[in-house]
Amino acid sequence: MVPFAGFEMPVQYRGVLAEHAAVRERVGLFDITHMGEILASGPGVEAWLDGLCTNRVAGLPDGKVVYTAMCRPDGGVLDDMLIYRLGREDWMIVCNASNHDKIAAWVAARAAGAAGVTLDDASDRTAMIAVQGPEAAALTCRLAALAGSADALDALDFYTAFVLPRPGGRWIVSRTGYTGERGYELYVPNADALPLWEELLALGGDLGVEPIGLAARDTLRFEPAYCLYGHELSEDWTPLEAGIGWAVRLKDREFVGREALQRQKDAGLPRRLVGLEVAAPDAAGRDRPAPIARQGAPVFCGDAPAGFVTSGTKSPTLGRSLALALVDAGCDPARLTVEIRDRRHPVRVVPYPFLAARVKGDPRAAR
Amino acid sequence: MVASDRKYTKDHEWVLAEGESATVGVTEYAAHELGDVVFLELPEVGTVVAQGEAVGTIETVKSVEDLFSPVGGEVIAVNEAVLDAPETVNQDPLEAGWLFKVRIEDRSEMDELLSADDYDALIGG
Repeated sequence: MVPFAGFEMPVQYRGVLAEHAAVRERVGLFDITHMGEILASGPGVEAWLDGLCTNRVAGLPDGKVVYTAMCRPDGGVLDDMLIYRLGREDWMIVCNASNHDKIAAWVAARAAGAAGVTLDDASDRTAMIAVQGPEAAALTCRLAALAGSADALDALDFYTAFVLPRPGGRWIVSRTGYTGERGYELYVPNADALPLWEELLALGGDLGVEPIGLAARDTLRFEPAYCLYGHELSEDWTPLEAGIGWAVRLKDREFVGREALQRQKDAGLPRRLVGLEVAAPDAAGRDRPAPIARQGAPVFCGDAPAGFVTSGTKSPTLGRSLALALVDAGCDPARLTVEIRDRRHPVRVVPYPFLAARVKGDPRAAR
Repeated sequence: MVASDRKYTKDHEWVLAEGESATVGVTEYAAHELGDVVFLELPEVGTVVAQGEAVGTIETVKSVEDLFSPVGGEVIAVNEAVLDAPETVNQDPLEAGWLFKVRIEDRSEMDELLSADDYDALIGG
């Protein structure tokens, strides 16, 4: 257990590689209660929230979930998050635990002058459990609380959600996740969390369910190259540089940071996120195990500093030493090296996601 | 109970002396605590190392740790097989997962190492 953003978090249960494989091949449970949930209600929320998000949230249908960033006026990323439209006047912002206080203060300050916007920070009373993996649908539909919602669960598309009224307060069930596998995230009142966790473990024995720690959560998100705040995302650079331009909608909208992002896009990005593989070929050109290029490892283009690694690990699924790095535009990919423990290692630029996410399609389809 | 045919260090390495050669590896306890080994840096054959000198690294998904030479002398062999298959260190740390061999320069250095009983006590065995 390690302290993380005010929570005691499990780093690993059975071991990183075993837990990683469990989610890729079967199903894993994540206690991610540390995530922040801020509810926003009222007739003014839709337009107000759209003015804070890089991605478009105005005009969403009920039950839709959107991935977005919130930026400072200069385009630096305050946090990345999910926005849930549960109803026309019923929205939820799900932010990172490490940025919860910052985002709570940011949205509160901007709601103060906005008409028809009421905020309710539900983080302390809301638990969150993720069920992820090829068997996630099979496991989730066994929950007693969802017995009457089999059709709703079956119909749940990627990045959609539904609300389940419960005696102790509503549950929110969404087809979302941070692993690249099919899965669900369940938001429940604190008092429901432990019984839910134990029920999932008990119901999933034949499916091979097991709890997954923070370390495997990181390797699982790394392979499909999902950004992690504090690694790929920072107040010091923009979402465009971080490779999430697909979550930045500049056209016909106004939002905090839009002008800076438009300027940067027009001028050309000064640097961009690239995928790297640390190469350690032997004399015969055969790859041998290579060291891991970890966060902060300097990247060089020839002899010139050219950037730094934002995340790196040995991909458990692919068995290769891979990294994401923020690298100056215009570098010759053939001349890149990364410095690990005072030694420069040649790297290959490789496309990311390193592993294609398997999140879409029918959750019941055969693998 | 740890293997009684060899000596140990506080850094969780084992040393097996055979004639003038000392084979070095990490203990089962270390292999378990470290987690999945993904990369090793070992000293080159012919290097002369001092007792306690950092001579390499052992890298896991979680962390990077130094490897030390428990005795001084010339490195006379390294286990090429574990460089290609670092997971061997987790699977068989005491035999196939050996790391390197040193030609012992000063036998008295072996006496400074922990006995199996001492090491067992150290890890609370």
